[in-house]
Amino acid sequence: MQSTQTNGKSTLLQMFQNNIRQYSMIIALLFIVLLFQILTSGLLLKPLNITNLILQNSYILILAIGMMLVIITGHIDLSVGSVAAFVGALAAIFMVQYNMPTFLAVILCLFIGAFIGAWQGFWIAYVRIPAFIVTLAGMLLFRGLTMIVLEGQSIAPFPEAFQKISSGFLPDFSDGSIHIATILIGIVLSVIYVVMEVRSRAQKKKYQLELENNQIFFTKLVVIVAVINLFSYVLAIYEGIPNILAILAVFVVAYTFVMRKTVAGRHIYAIGGNEKAALLSGVKTKRVTFWVFVNMGVLSAISGLIFAARLNAATPKAGNLFELDAIAACFIGGASAYGGVGTVPGAIIGALVMGVMNNGMSLMGLGVDWQQAIKGLVLLVAVAFDIYNKNKAA
Amino acid sequence: MERSYILEMRHITKEFPGVKALDDVNLKVKEGEIHALCGENGAGKSTLMKVLSGVYPYGSYTGDIIFKGEVCQFKNIKQSEELGIVIIHQELALIPNLSIAENIFLGNELAKNGMINWNETIVKTRELLAQVGLYESPETIVSNLGVGKQQLVEIAKALSKNVKLLILDEPTASLNEDDSENLLNLLLEFKKKGMSAIIISHKLNEISKVADSITILRDGKTIETLDMKKDDVTEDRIIRGMVGRDLTNRYPERHPNIGETIFQVENWNVYHPLQPDRKVIDNVNIHIRRGEIVGIAGLMGAGRTELAMSIFGKTYGKKISGQLYKNGKKIEIHDVNSAMKHGLAYVSEDRKETGLILMDSVKQNISLPNLMKISRRNVIDEKKETNVAEEFRKKLRIKTPSISQKVGNLSGGNQQKVVLSKWIFSEPDILILDEPTRGIDVGAKYEIYTIIDELAREGKGILIISSELPEILGMCDRIYVMSEGRITGELMRSEATQENIMKYMTNTKVRG
Repeated sequence: MQSTQTNGKSTLLQMFQNNIRQYSMIIALLFIVLLFQILTSGLLLKPLNITNLILQNSYILILAIGMMLVIITGHIDLSVGSVAAFVGALAAIFMVQYNMPTFLAVILCLFIGAFIGAWQGFWIAYVRIPAFIVTLAGMLLFRGLTMIVLEGQSIAPFPEAFQKISSGFLPDFSDGSIHIATILIGIVLSVIYVVMEVRSRAQKKKYQLELENNQIFFTKLVVIVAVINLFSYVLAIYEGIPNILAILAVFVVAYTFVMRKTVAGRHIYAIGGNEKAALLSGVKTKRVTFWVFVNMGVLSAISGLIFAARLNAATPKAGNLFELDAIAACFIGGASAYGGVGTVPGAIIGALVMGVMNNGMSLMGLGVDWQQAIKGLVLLVAVAFDIYNKNKAA
Repeated sequence: MERSYILEMRHITKEFPGVKALDDVNLKVKEGEIHALCGENGAGKSTLMKVLSGVYPYGSYTGDIIFKGEVCQFKNIKQSEELGIVIIHQELALIPNLSIAENIFLGNELAKNGMINWNETIVKTRELLAQVGLYESPETIVSNLGVGKQQLVEIAKALSKNVKLLILDEPTASLNEDDSENLLNLLLEFKKKGMSAIIISHKLNEISKVADSITILRDGKTIETLDMKKDDVTEDRIIRGMVGRDLTNRYPERHPNIGETIFQVENWNVYHPLQPDRKVIDNVNIHIRRGEIVGIAGLMGAGRTELAMSIFGKTYGKKISGQLYKNGKKIEIHDVNSAMKHGLAYVSEDRKETGLILMDSVKQNISLPNLMKISRRNVIDEKKETNVAEEFRKKLRIKTPSISQKVGNLSGGNQQKVVLSKWIFSEPDILILDEPTRGIDVGAKYEIYTIIDELAREGKGILIISSELPEILGMCDRIYVMSEGRITGELMRSEATQENIMKYMTNTKVRG
């Protein structure tokens, strides 16, 4: 088992070859960031723009997490954009027209999201109508309902407290030009990361599993710690950590944990990997599929709320084509169209690739027409690369 | 005066990686006769027919095919069909959503400049249907026909290709008695008109009825060709030819310690999931005792897997009725989870399709049926999971570089060990093993047998479904024989021979 620990160079190459799928998208993301950093003459990584990037993409990131689960089970959800718009519209009606307290309205909206997910999950899991058709119907249905409840008009403005979801920042305890809390959070996160990595390495050693060699391990630690702190520093010299980033971080960690470490996560992968075998192994395939769609409904609702809060308005056109961005993010991030494969961090990376491209091309002043065309090509190339790699491995 | 041969296959040898599927096989079919091809599952019958029809193209086998006096080198099915060799497979190859006429002329459309002449197609179809005695509108959608009628459509399709030599692979396997009778009579009628046919069948009474001569294959070799009229051919004679092989010591020695009855199935009836009036399992009663290895022998299509799956959480069939008892107490099983809760485990016959998740690791596959055992509050304890997987890797000697290896990358024998690990980990009292050694080499088989024997010694009840008679005879303490959804025989190990099992397996007369 330890034979991989030969000299650094060959191991590095070997590891790279073995994990090209895992790392290729990170490398692609870095490449795209670098490319646009140059093309926009440094605008991309300006503190203001980074904050913007996070705000602009948050709702897609949230959708991509849920979509990843759906795609892992071997399904698809085309309705998320419409559901987000519908929930945003209801939120506006509750808060603006009925003056409902913000907190209550948000909770109510999440329940509505869950209910919509349950509605679609029922048809997909129990009646066994293909998800493509059920959610295509949902896409039309909820877009229509959005326009009906809004009567074709926008509703604005939202109460201050609600807007803060998307436009607020975590509080700081000093009034200096640098956001101290952000720096501290960065440091705390780095420490947690290092401790976890070292512990997991010790564990692996104990079980004599394959290890990357020390050199690579330490390089990896240093690079990631540097990235975390640099990132928090950049945020700190603007206004600190946006609320939305904190929410996102919680979701990413929670869902990664669920998918990697829990029985539920295992069952989701098992269904996508081989539904018959999963069923015969005692996985309640229908129930799990149902809940995956309920989850997607809730995340769509959250996405809709964040989007409405950011626009400070509910509009009939909200969430248009969100579903395609979310789906593209999952496939760029390494999901398989046949199910069973994919990770939550993969979805995040995929969404960031899309987000950075959107943002970078906008900064360059490229038209929406060109942006769409280029994004389409990137999606195709990413998946083609994926399939090429798989064939080579087989 | 001897009739001339329409077909001669000489010294056919066909190898797959690691296996000689056909070894110097000779087959001679006379003009205008019905020639039966007999042999156990895996004897090479279907392979031989695939060589003949060009599914395995010229060059992938050695030997000569001589059809009507000419040497043939078929590169694909189309070429063999052009000469009039048409094969009808066991699994019907009709497209269910198309009409009879569309199916019959599929790939062979009556068209001019790419435009199909539907009127002519319909008229021709009507003629063909009349020849096979099927009076349905040519525009009837095939899925609306019963299996028997679909079989007739297949034959009409063969006729449309101007068939000289018709090959039928288990034509009556999925038919009821009337439809089978009808089909066999049709064959006899065609024979009168001068058509030759090869029929592959397990049902010896049918062969006795229609065949003029019989060629018996065993382990990829031609054993003998018998003339039904000259030689004194009895069913026993055919069976001896099919099974006559030496049994060496390929099984661990068993010292059974059999206790009280642990599991019992009473009056079990199951209907086909898609054809609600077709009974697949007919009033089956079986029981298993502690520490006992019970076998179920039977030919393909006898309903063994269907029986097992209908018991294991109703994963097969409709309108299931009957009672299950565990340790003498009546139990209700609605789904896989309740089956597992009552201590049942089912190792499916197709490990790739229904047994394993090939893209997942050895570890993940083993832990899947009993994740709760290694998790606390739904969070999987990866330490425990790794320990469990390592334990099984050592105990069952699973050959894998690590337990994180993808199961899809392991050999068949090792995959089977993973499936067994998985189900042993679910801590069952009763294990149903469906074809536990299919597609596994001899060495790995012995290891699997040893594991099974150990499980029985621990006091579990074991039910083995197998198409390999030597395996059943080598491993089982008691043997049930199934035919057409019924238990047609029950034998103790001491009284069981390949011959008497085969007799029960081919027994179709105990109807009603």
